[in-house]
Amino acid sequence: MLDNAWIIPLIPAASFVLILLFGKKMPKKGSEIGIAALGVCFVLALVTNVQWFSHVNDAEHAAEVHVSEGEHAEQAVAPHADETTDHGTALEIADAPSEESAHTEFAVEPIHKSWTWWSNGGVNFSAGMLLDGPAVMMLFVVTLISLLVHIYSTDYVNGDRRYTHYFAFLSLFTASMLGLIMSETTLQLLTCWELVGLCSFALIGHWWEEKPNSDAALKAFITNRVGDVGLICGVIILFFGAGQTFDIQTINEMAVAGDISHLVLLVASCSLLAAVMSKSGQFILHTWLPDAMAGPTPVSALIHAATMVVAGIYMVGRLYGVFFQGLSIGVSSVNLLAVVGGVTVLGGAGLAFVQNDIKKVLAYSTVSQLGYMVMALGVGAWTAAFFHLFTHAMFKAGLFLGSGSVAHSVHSFDMKQDMGGMKKFMPKTYVTFLICTGALIGLFPLAGFWSKDEILAGASQLGGDGSYTAFLVVGTLGALMTAAYMTRCVYLTFHGEPRGHAADAAHPPHESGPRIVVPLYILGGLAMVAGLVNLPNSGALSFIPDSLALRFEHFYEPKGEYFPAVLSTFSHPEFDLGIALVSTVIGLAGIGLAYAWYFRGMGPHGITERSKVARAGHRVLVEKYYLDRLYTDIIVGSVKGPIAKAAYWLNQKGLDGVVNGAGAGAVAGGRWIYDHIDQGVIDGAVNGSGAAAEGSGQGLRQMQTGRVQQYAALLFAGAALLAGIFIVII
Amino acid sequence: MVAQNLFFYAFAAMIVFSAIRVVTTQNVVHAALYLVAVLAGVGAQYILLAAEFVAATQVLVYIGAVVVLLLFGVMLTRTEIGRDQDLTHRNWPGGAATAILLLGVMAYTLIDEYGWSRTPLPADTRIASVNGSNTATVSDSIFGQYLVPFEVISVLLLAALVGAIVLARKD
Amino acid sequence: MDDLLLNQFLLLGAVLFCVGVYGVLARRNAVLVLMSIELILNSVNINFIAFGAMHGNPAGAVFALFIIAVAAAEVGVGLAIVLLIYRNRKSVDLNDIAELKG
Repeated sequence: MLDNAWIIPLIPAASFVLILLFGKKMPKKGSEIGIAALGVCFVLALVTNVQWFSHVNDAEHAAEVHVSEGEHAEQAVAPHADETTDHGTALEIADAPSEESAHTEFAVEPIHKSWTWWSNGGVNFSAGMLLDGPAVMMLFVVTLISLLVHIYSTDYVNGDRRYTHYFAFLSLFTASMLGLIMSETTLQLLTCWELVGLCSFALIGHWWEEKPNSDAALKAFITNRVGDVGLICGVIILFFGAGQTFDIQTINEMAVAGDISHLVLLVASCSLLAAVMSKSGQFILHTWLPDAMAGPTPVSALIHAATMVVAGIYMVGRLYGVFFQGLSIGVSSVNLLAVVGGVTVLGGAGLAFVQNDIKKVLAYSTVSQLGYMVMALGVGAWTAAFFHLFTHAMFKAGLFLGSGSVAHSVHSFDMKQDMGGMKKFMPKTYVTFLICTGALIGLFPLAGFWSKDEILAGASQLGGDGSYTAFLVVGTLGALMTAAYMTRCVYLTFHGEPRGHAADAAHPPHESGPRIVVPLYILGGLAMVAGLVNLPNSGALSFIPDSLALRFEHFYEPKGEYFPAVLSTFSHPEFDLGIALVSTVIGLAGIGLAYAWYFRGMGPHGITERSKVARAGHRVLVEKYYLDRLYTDIIVGSVKGPIAKAAYWLNQKGLDGVVNGAGAGAVAGGRWIYDHIDQGVIDGAVNGSGAAAEGSGQGLRQMQTGRVQQYAALLFAGAALLAGIFIVII
Repeated sequence: MVAQNLFFYAFAAMIVFSAIRVVTTQNVVHAALYLVAVLAGVGAQYILLAAEFVAATQVLVYIGAVVVLLLFGVMLTRTEIGRDQDLTHRNWPGGAATAILLLGVMAYTLIDEYGWSRTPLPADTRIASVNGSNTATVSDSIFGQYLVPFEVISVLLLAALVGAIVLARKD
Repeated sequence: MDDLLLNQFLLLGAVLFCVGVYGVLARRNAVLVLMSIELILNSVNINFIAFGAMHGNPAGAVFALFIIAVAAAEVGVGLAIVLLIYRNRKSVDLNDIAELKG
């Protein structure tokens, strides 16, 4: 299966075509094709994972055998030469599996397949598959979430006008994300990247008849275009920097080995960072993400958990050699990637407080969590970032699907207007939502605890001598805010008195059907246990046996010359009980504060009415830090308004002025001539200039005869003239 | 070799003369007949270049079909048969100037690049590699290397057929 | 004056091409414009065959054949368009067709 994993993206791609062609005629309008395709994909992804595990274990085993054979050989050659040293080395080797070094000592060859797409001027443009740890992990995540979203959607968008198209695009979306995961070249990555963007555009604007929805889709698309420019620049820079190759593995190997100059890598990673900022919703290009909530809720879950937004994180992780070297992650105490992530953690969390739309709270929470991942990558904690991506996919998908379940019942997303007290109407949704919330906040022992803690540990332990302490503070603060806004969200949705639609006695809210609840249960369950896949066995937790600990890192972290783990500056954070305790206490404090404020009604309520400072702060948050205003009013407005006005002014005052001035001058001159020379000359000149103006106008007008042949004559003559000029010059 | 050259110049003169008549004559039907002369002359040049299959196709398709189609077009649009003073624009000198300019550029480039006597054609211009026959070679490459373009051309012809019917039918 | 030269054919093609261009530019009757286009296509064909003979490559002849096929299609559709214009305006005078006039 490992060698043939490239079929996995092709299955949903085929399903896309099949749904478009035959979907409408099928009894379930095409949804069964999508679900069947994703089911097959999911099974194949599981098989791939299992085989990958044995592939990694084989490689490890082979390395151990190799090492011990080397030992024996050495002993055979010099049996009694230096017994103590020899013995010591052997002991070290025996201890090695429990040490950090065990994870970097053996290399796991990625499965690399490449087909030449076309070749041009000696450059091969190939497509194929580069299957390594992160790719295998993402295969699992994407197929799982996508399958659940498919099942969920059959209930959620049931009876929709474009039901069939919806499923077709879900399939294509999944296919392009899977293709992106397996990308062998940066070019393939770019292609799939654009495909993902296109599909998100189609799905966000699924209900395009309403203006805000189509606006949101356009916004997502155009914001992503901004970042794509960065991606294209980065790909081109890397292409030339790595000696004319698009191959991701080669680029990484060269970057890690230091064969590409630092400046090139720095420029490339800054360009690529722009792409990450737009795709993964990092400040300041995150504005499209909350608006993307205009799409159907399952799509939001898919976008936020498995596809689209994690593409940026994945790209950084895939080209980590470039980023690690380009931004000097291993030896610095602050770098661009970490700063962008850190700002996003706090910025996103702040915005989540003032949202009344449940999906927007979750959207800003995603922004904030993506910030964590970028920050983790920025401080050099690769495994922590991908681990968080993994757990986040589970609980965030659960949260989104849960919010969709509630909204499906009350036909609104507004927590303040139409929700409240949903606990007693929808107990199953409530329980799963609560579990996922706990996981997001990072409560022990739910999934988020382990991944967030690893990020914080990374921020405190990695980096140059100063380490990334600032980001430890940022991350801890973010945990506090996360806890508080999620408690607010749970309170407004599920507790208190029912309001609006939720209080509608004629149509009381009801629990959703099994096709919605079962995916919620699955995700809730995963949100509980997903964190256990990377239990640390260092620090206070060193009692955990090796065979259970750090499985995620063991299987999914790339091992080889193309990953910076071979560098001495790269290391893994250890479990730190202090940080774990502090972050848990801070999370509980956040919950407690929000609990006191919302459930008990304590604290200075109404402060936004009383205090100017608080009101101003609140307003900044409601206005989303004025970023949208910056984009639409200032940037677009200035192009549309002042610059256009300036051009108009130049036209009116400048050019007309010249003309008028010339006219005035002509008149003055005419008077002078009248006074001094002869009236006839003036008349002649004036009439002549008038005639000349009219003549030139007429002459120009004649060019627009509407006769195609005349245009053709001009075209041919122009071509001939140009050709003549080229001949003369060359 | 002299005979070949004689043929070439004789036919070239005929082609150029007839072509000029096609674009200058005041009689539409005459223009079509001169066009036949041009096409036949071009076919003769093909034979001179040992492309006998293309020459045959030229005669069959162009003279047999295209010109007849054009004559139908003349009749169906009821253009006056006989002399018609209005067949050319009043500003034809513009077109003539453009054409001469183009000819100058092309001729200069060609002579500059290929010169006289610098690039003689091979004495035996036959390209035969299959059964000693040019036609066999051409058919071999059409149904071998160029099979896909050939199929595309057939689809194009079908599309043109449908398009022509849709455009021209009365309803 | 002994060998056939490549340039003879190319120049013949060039002359034919320019005559065709003149026809396209100067003729008022749409059918005559179509005829002129045939001249242009033939000039291209001469070049193809000449280069094919020069290099002993059948591709020249193959593409000449393709062009003949395309030309046939073009005449068919072109005449259909002319007929449609004639039916609507009772004239095929290109001077009358000036919808693009500014």
